[in-house]
Amino acid sequence: MTVNLVLVIAIGVTFACGVTLLLERSLTRIVVGTLLIGNAVNLIFIVASGAPGRAPIVDESDPSPMSDPLPQAMVLTAIVITLGVAAFLLAMAYRSWQLQGHDEVQDDMEDRLIMRLAELDEASQSYEDDIGGEPDEEGADTEEVER
Amino acid sequence: MTADSAMSFLIPLPVVLALLGAGVCLALGQNARAQRVISFVTLSVIVAIAGVLLWAADKDGPQVVYVGGWPARMGIVLVADRLSALLLLVSAIVTLCVLAYSVGQGIIEFGRDTPLSVFYPTYLVLSAGVSNAFLSGDLFNLYVGFEVLLAASYVLITLGGTGPRVRAGTTYVVVSVLSSMVFLIAIAGVYAATGTVNMADLAVKLQEVPEGVRVVLQLLLLTAFSIKAAVFPLSAWLPDSYPTAPAPVTAVFAGLLTKVGVYAIMRVQTLLFPDSPLSDLLLWAAMLTMFIGILGAVAQSDIKRMLSFTLVSHIGYMVFGVAVASDLGLAGAIFYIVHHITIQTTLFLVTGLIEIRGGSTSLEHLGGLAKAAPVLALMFFLPAMNLSGIPPFSGFLGKVALVEAGVDRAGWLTYLVVGVSILTSLLTLYAVAKTWNRAFWRPRTEEPDELTEYVPSSGTKSGEPWSSTAVTSVRSLPRAMVAPTLTLVAFGTALTFVAGPLFGITERAAEELRDRDPYIQTVLDDGSAPGSKVVNDQAEGR
Repeated sequence: MTVNLVLVIAIGVTFACGVTLLLERSLTRIVVGTLLIGNAVNLIFIVASGAPGRAPIVDESDPSPMSDPLPQAMVLTAIVITLGVAAFLLAMAYRSWQLQGHDEVQDDMEDRLIMRLAELDEASQSYEDDIGGEPDEEGADTEEVER
Repeated sequence: MTADSAMSFLIPLPVVLALLGAGVCLALGQNARAQRVISFVTLSVIVAIAGVLLWAADKDGPQVVYVGGWPARMGIVLVADRLSALLLLVSAIVTLCVLAYSVGQGIIEFGRDTPLSVFYPTYLVLSAGVSNAFLSGDLFNLYVGFEVLLAASYVLITLGGTGPRVRAGTTYVVVSVLSSMVFLIAIAGVYAATGTVNMADLAVKLQEVPEGVRVVLQLLLLTAFSIKAAVFPLSAWLPDSYPTAPAPVTAVFAGLLTKVGVYAIMRVQTLLFPDSPLSDLLLWAAMLTMFIGILGAVAQSDIKRMLSFTLVSHIGYMVFGVAVASDLGLAGAIFYIVHHITIQTTLFLVTGLIEIRGGSTSLEHLGGLAKAAPVLALMFFLPAMNLSGIPPFSGFLGKVALVEAGVDRAGWLTYLVVGVSILTSLLTLYAVAKTWNRAFWRPRTEEPDELTEYVPSSGTKSGEPWSSTAVTSVRSLPRAMVAPTLTLVAFGTALTFVAGPLFGITERAAEELRDRDPYIQTVLDDGSAPGSKVVNDQAEGR
């Protein structure tokens, strides 16, 4: 099987750009990143379908010069799905801009809380409460059951 | 032909009916009552169909349908073997109960008119995606099934479009999209190496592929599925994104979506890559998933987050069963999936009730619920004990099977994982006992704790559609939500009583998975050849 080197290089470059954009905080850039990665994956399918031939469906009986139609069908499906998801991501970016005036993906609240506690070098409150010897009725069960 | 072809017309129905129902619901738009009726009828019919399919698959071996009449290696194949049919049945039952619960919640919060006309159609699409993933007989259709359920879940997790949900949804969508891309790359690789995506065909053809290529393909597939199933190094997205969604949505996600990932891992490991060199890697992943997940659960002070972490942790048990890959190990893993779908969903539904009754899901604010709402306490206690594996319950039975399978396999790594699994079970008990003590048994404290100023938790403002935490007024429990939850609690408890027959089915399903021949022959034999009868008889021989 011959592989088209230009395609392979294109896949690599597109992928690299896509991943770089995906690591950004701004949702719009993430959308562009996913689109690039999606296109790179579609190119992989084209490479996977073997050496390029003629159109997949030709009005003749000898199939040998045709391209393999199955990967092209898969790529079509994948393109549609990527399009739908990209539309949804754009809607989310717009909603985020409506609500907050920007589309940066924030850290989780609880994560920030835990980080703040870590900076203060404190344990969480629930932890201290448990050290404080709340009656632990389940303790008895624990020993019996788990052996 | 025999009963096997008589039943096969039922196989696509769980997918088709759900999609049809979704379309009709969408068309009916503003008529919430009609939407509810249609959703109920559709999902009830799917439960019945799944029941019949399980019966047929258990009696006659795998049921196959060739969509559009294409031969097996070219077109889309839907297969219902014991594993698929069993998971289809359990997921259909759980989906139906959660639908009843969400109808109750919708009525409570908006009266008879729901402004969220998109909920029921999306929910049905989710159900269609899950069914399609379970029934799919080729990798690309599996991918489509995943995408259908993911697209529906994107909508559900950002329902209402509030700030926290959009934030959590972003993480979820981006991670899911990435995992889908990895899956697509794997499919492209598989197609390049073998020229087919039909799983039965692959099971034969992958054996001729060089070892190195095979391992790469396996790793790609496992990575994609591990993200979806939330296996440890790839699990960080789950506790971040699940807790903010509405209670019924979180419940059905927790019950079903990760299990679809586990199902895919199980199917691929047993059918495509038996005796894989990567089982040690899976064992490590299982162990770390269990342990690190449960450490997260122990540290949380919000019930929803705590449950999300136990969800991650208990995925480890199923992966453990798949990694051991003996008959008993797989049977235990399947049993555990059935148990965990039910229990985890129930616990999230109960948390939704706690939120309504107690006004919060944060352990800092809750208290005295055992006295105030004894039924609620019971509904939390039973599944919680079930989850942590207290003897009479199904969680214990599943864990015993897995531990036994692990000990049979021998080897220091397996013993280590067995030890960690028991420790995890103990820590689960600690985590739920802590929740029980603080939310239910301690007297209710009126003064807010000092942390409250800057813990909006997953905070949506009250009054917004399906607000998830800050329900300001403490209300009595609505019957329409209690009844489905009680049904699921009863179902989860009943798993103990039907454990014998259920374990019989999972054992036969495991044997079928390990044997591979019934599946491969039934699928590859297009049904026209006279050999198909022989296959049926073989499958019946068990």
